[in-house]
Amino acid sequence: MIRIQARTEPSSLMKVASPLLAIVLTLIFGCILFSAIGKSPSQALHVLLIAPLADSYNIGEMFVKMGPLLLCAVGLSLCYRANMWNIGAEGQLLAGALGGSAMALYFIDSESAFALPITLLAGVASGMIWAAIPTFLKLRFNSNLILTTIMFNYIALYLLIWAVHGPLRDPQGFGFPESAMFADSTLLPTLFESSRIHLGVAFSVVSAFIAWFILSKSHLGFQIRVFGSDEPAARYAGFSSKKLSWFVMLFAGALAGLAGVSETTGPIGQLVPNVSPGYGYSAIIVAYLGRLHPLGAILAAVFMAVLYMGGDLAQIEMGIPVAVVSMFQGVLLFFLLACDFFINNRLTLSNQATN
Amino acid sequence: MDSDLIVQILFAAVKTGTPLLFIALGEVICEKSGVLNLGQEGMMLMGAVVGFLAAYGTGSAGLGVLAAMIMGCVMSLIFAVLVLHLGANQVATGLALTIFGTGLSAFIGSGVVGQTIQGFQPIAIPLLSDIPFIGKILFSHDILVYSSFAMTFALMFVVNKTRIGLTLKAVGENPHAANAIGIKVLRVRYLAVMFGGVMAGISGAYMSLVYTPMWVENMTAGRGWIALALVVFASWRVGRIMLGAYLFGLASIMHLVLQGLGWSISPNLLAMLPYVATVAVMVIISADKFKEKLLAPRALGKPFDPRQMA
Repeated sequence: MIRIQARTEPSSLMKVASPLLAIVLTLIFGCILFSAIGKSPSQALHVLLIAPLADSYNIGEMFVKMGPLLLCAVGLSLCYRANMWNIGAEGQLLAGALGGSAMALYFIDSESAFALPITLLAGVASGMIWAAIPTFLKLRFNSNLILTTIMFNYIALYLLIWAVHGPLRDPQGFGFPESAMFADSTLLPTLFESSRIHLGVAFSVVSAFIAWFILSKSHLGFQIRVFGSDEPAARYAGFSSKKLSWFVMLFAGALAGLAGVSETTGPIGQLVPNVSPGYGYSAIIVAYLGRLHPLGAILAAVFMAVLYMGGDLAQIEMGIPVAVVSMFQGVLLFFLLACDFFINNRLTLSNQATN
Repeated sequence: MDSDLIVQILFAAVKTGTPLLFIALGEVICEKSGVLNLGQEGMMLMGAVVGFLAAYGTGSAGLGVLAAMIMGCVMSLIFAVLVLHLGANQVATGLALTIFGTGLSAFIGSGVVGQTIQGFQPIAIPLLSDIPFIGKILFSHDILVYSSFAMTFALMFVVNKTRIGLTLKAVGENPHAANAIGIKVLRVRYLAVMFGGVMAGISGAYMSLVYTPMWVENMTAGRGWIALALVVFASWRVGRIMLGAYLFGLASIMHLVLQGLGWSISPNLLAMLPYVATVAVMVIISADKFKEKLLAPRALGKPFDPRQMA
C-alpha cells in the first residue's frame, strides 16, 4: 500500500520540479477537456503552445503580452514573500494606464523629449498611489489587504470606464468610449523592425533583475526573506514590518503602474476600456509559478504569455472561447499547489516504511 | 420622496441583498470552522452558469437551483481536498478557485449568453403581504428569498443553540483541543466548506435565475468578494449577516435611487459605490484591533494536520 510520509527536509528537487509537473498535468487536463468537447487534442495543443512560437510575428506578440505579466508578477513576488497579500495588481495596472493616459493627452500637441518620461512617471505614480491607499488602510486601520485591494481593482475599473466615457474621451471620436490617439512624442519606441516589442518589455526584464538584486543581495531583501519565512524571528531582530510592507507594496504598485502606462503608450496607443485582459490577476499565478523568485517569474511569464497567445489563436482557428485561458490558469495553480505538497511529503510503500 | 418610492427601494434592497445573504451565510459557517475560502466568486459564477444551463435545458428553475447547489459543492470539494488534505495555502487555493471558476463558467456558458428563461415568479404570502410597508418589502418576493429567511433563522438556531454549533466553533477556535476531545476536525471542516459551496451555488443561481434572469460572463461582479467583507462586517454572527446583506443591497442600488431622484452623476461613478462602501465598512469595523481579534475564529486560515498530533 502506498502511504504518505513527511520528509525530514523539504525537497529542493520538488521545489523546481513542481511547476514543471503542474504544467504537464495542466496540458494533460487540456487534452482531456478538448477531447470531451469534440476537438482534436493534438490540434488544440499545437494551437495553444506551438503556434504562438511558430513565427517571428507571433513571438513578438508573445513578448508584448509577457511585458505587463512580468512587471506585475515581479512586484507580487516581493509582496507575497513579505506576507502582504496584494491582489490589487490589476487595479494598480489600470490606475497606471489611467494616470499615464491623462498625462499623455496633456502632451498631445507636444514634441518635447520630456513628454514620454513624464508620461511614464505619471503612470508609475498612479500605480503607487493605488497601492498606497490599501497599504495605509491596512497599517493604520488593520483592514484586510486582500479585500481592500480587490475592491480597489473594481474601483479602478469603473474610474477608467468613467474617464473614457467622460473627461478623457476623444472629442472627435464619434462618441466611442476611447481617448484620442496619443502623439508620437508620448509613444514607447519599438525595439525591433516589424515587431511590436516595445521598450516596456525591456523594462519588465530589467525590473526582474532589479528585484532579484534587491532580494538576494541587499539588506532590505534579507529582511523581506526573513520576514516571509519566520515572522517572529524578524520581529525579534528588530526589522520594521511597516517599513517592509510599504516598500514591497509601493514597489509592486510602481511596476504594475508602469505595466499599465506601457500598454497604453505601447501597443495600444490610446486609452480604451479593456486595457488589460486580466493581466493583474494572471500575474498572481505567474508569481507562484515562478516560485516567488523574480528570475523564475521571467520563465513563468513567458509560459503565461504563450498561453494567452494560444488562447487568442484557439479562438480564431478553432472557435474555442477565449475564457479557456483563465480556466487553464486556475487549473495550473491547483496542480501547482497540489504538487507542492510533495516538497514536504513523499509517497512510500508501506512495507518499506514500517520501521 | 414619497412612501411608495421608499417601499420600492427597500423591496429592491432585499432582492439585491439576497444573493449576498446566501453566499455570506455559507462563508460564515466555513470561517467558523477555521477555513477561509476566497473562492466564493468562482463558486458563485459556476452556480450561476450551471443553474442557468440546467433551467434552460429542462425548463425548470427548481432543477436549476439543484444543479447549482451540486456544482457549488463540487467546486468547494476541490478547495477542501487541496487545503485540508494537502495543506495548501488557503489564500492561494481560494484565488485559484476564483480564477478557475471565472474561466470555466465563461467557457461553458458561452453558448447561452443573452438567452432568457422563465425564472422564479414572485409569490405574495397571504395575510403577511397585506401588512402595510413590511408586506410589500419582505413578503412579496420569490421562493428563494423566503428560503433565505428560513436559512438565516435555522442557522442562527443551529450555531447558537445546538451541539453542532458548539462543535463547529470548537473546531474553528481551537482545533487541537477539539481533536483531543474526539472531534474529527477535518471532517467538520470538510462539511463546513461544502456547506459554503452549496450556499454559493444557490447564490449564483439566484443571480442567473431570478435577479437578471440570464447568463452573462462575470455577472456576479465581485459579490463573492463583497460577501467576504460582509462576514467581517457581521463580526462572524449569523444574525448580523442578514442586516449587512440588505445594507449592501441598498448600497448596490443607490445609483438607481439617485438617478431616480434626478441627480446627474455618471452611472459609472455610481457603480463604484458598493465597492467604496465595502472598503469604508472594512476600515470602520477592523479599526479596533482588539475587538476583531476577539471576534474572528482564532484558528481562521491556519491549517490543521492531524498527523502532527500523534
